[in-house]
Amino acid sequence: MTKSSGHIIINIQKCKGCELCIIECPQNGMALSSNINQNGYHYAYLAEDICTGCTNCALICPEAIIKVYRKKKSKILKQPVSTL
Amino acid sequence: MSISQEGIHCNYLNEMDLVWDRPDTFTDTTLHYCPGCGHSVINRLIMESVQELNIEEKTIGVAPVGCSVFAYHYMFIDMQEAAHGRASAVATGIKRILPDRIVFSYQGDGDLAAIGTAETIHTVNRGENILMLFINNGIYGMTGGQMSPTTLKGSITSTSPDGRDYNQHGYPLDITKIIAQMPGSAYVTRQSVDSANAVRKTKKAMMKSLKYQMDGGRGVCFIEIVSNCPSGWKMTPTESNEWLRNEIFNHYELGDIKQLPKLKTNEI
Ligand SMILES: Cc1ncc(C[n+]2csc(CCOP(=O)(O)OP(=O)(O)O)c2C)c(N)n1
Ligand code: SF4
Ligand code: SF4
Repeated sequence: MTKSSGHIIINIQKCKGCELCIIECPQNGMALSSNINQNGYHYAYLAEDICTGCTNCALICPEAIIKVYRKKKSKILKQPVSTL
Repeated sequence: MSISQEGIHCNYLNEMDLVWDRPDTFTDTTLHYCPGCGHSVINRLIMESVQELNIEEKTIGVAPVGCSVFAYHYMFIDMQEAAHGRASAVATGIKRILPDRIVFSYQGDGDLAAIGTAETIHTVNRGENILMLFINNGIYGMTGGQMSPTTLKGSITSTSPDGRDYNQHGYPLDITKIIAQMPGSAYVTRQSVDSANAVRKTKKAMMKSLKYQMDGGRGVCFIEIVSNCPSGWKMTPTESNEWLRNEIFNHYELGDIKQLPKLKTNEI
């Protein structure tokens, strides 16, 4: 299984369903749920595992409720600098 | 990996870095703005800029009357509310008493370009060392969508039900261009927040203006943000952004109108 290079977590209870993030996602990976949240809004969610962590959705989201994660640049952990 | 309408559950988050999160200077309070309103984005952007420059302890914001009247609920810094139209006059007072503070005002078009025109013009004419943010959505959002001085020809509002007619209502006031001509302004730019790239550019303009003020630069930095009002325009948020791109930006062209001067070393 290939791992996508990015991921988002949306605080769906605070979403107002404006759909701006959905339009802004260059991967077309987001969708509006048919369910509603506690305030009665259909909320946005990541529907396909193709996120690249570009942050576009988070930048456009008026509610500032999207956390964006991106794969660490290098898997090789940096050696701690010797204090000697 | 599981996919549901709650979103995708990612079981390798520990292999990833958090690259974007709500800034700490932006409180957790749920915003009162309508869905998709540009005010929310702009409120956040100025707080992101303040946090990135590490000036949250010494920044003072002045909130207006209009939809953004509660800006101080969201901005976790020192804030002062001003009477309708008077934010730049209040900001003048604060900056003059506390010149080492970074001061900005935040106003809509009804506030800055209608009832507050005199304060706006004279703040710039005095060359106050503040940042003025002007959110131009071409309507009085808070009071139910009345025509404002910046409303464009043909726009239907509650006080121009047949569309704005230049013969009857006069012409759209381009206050930003007026300000750019005045010697008291240092930096004048027109930006938007209708796309992620526009958001990036607007933040750059804010950072530039705040840095200029931190470096002791003289004169007003003025950022107009041509924004939307989905409720007042009777559009969905996505339609309102398309309207901005297809119609409004043709009249209010985006970009820098007056470049920031290079600071002489003795000014720093
Ligand atoms: C002295 C005074 N006159 C009139 C009003 C009514 N009023 C409140 S908000 C507003 C207009 C706000 O429009 P704008 O500045 O464009 O902000 P928006 O709501 O669109 O963000 C008006 C006329 C008031 N509060 N105080
Ligand atoms: S931009 Fe934000 S508020 Fe709008 S639909 Fe997306 S997550 Fe919800
Ligand atoms: S009325 Fe317009 S300006 Fe006011 S919060 Fe709603 S969309 Fe924004």
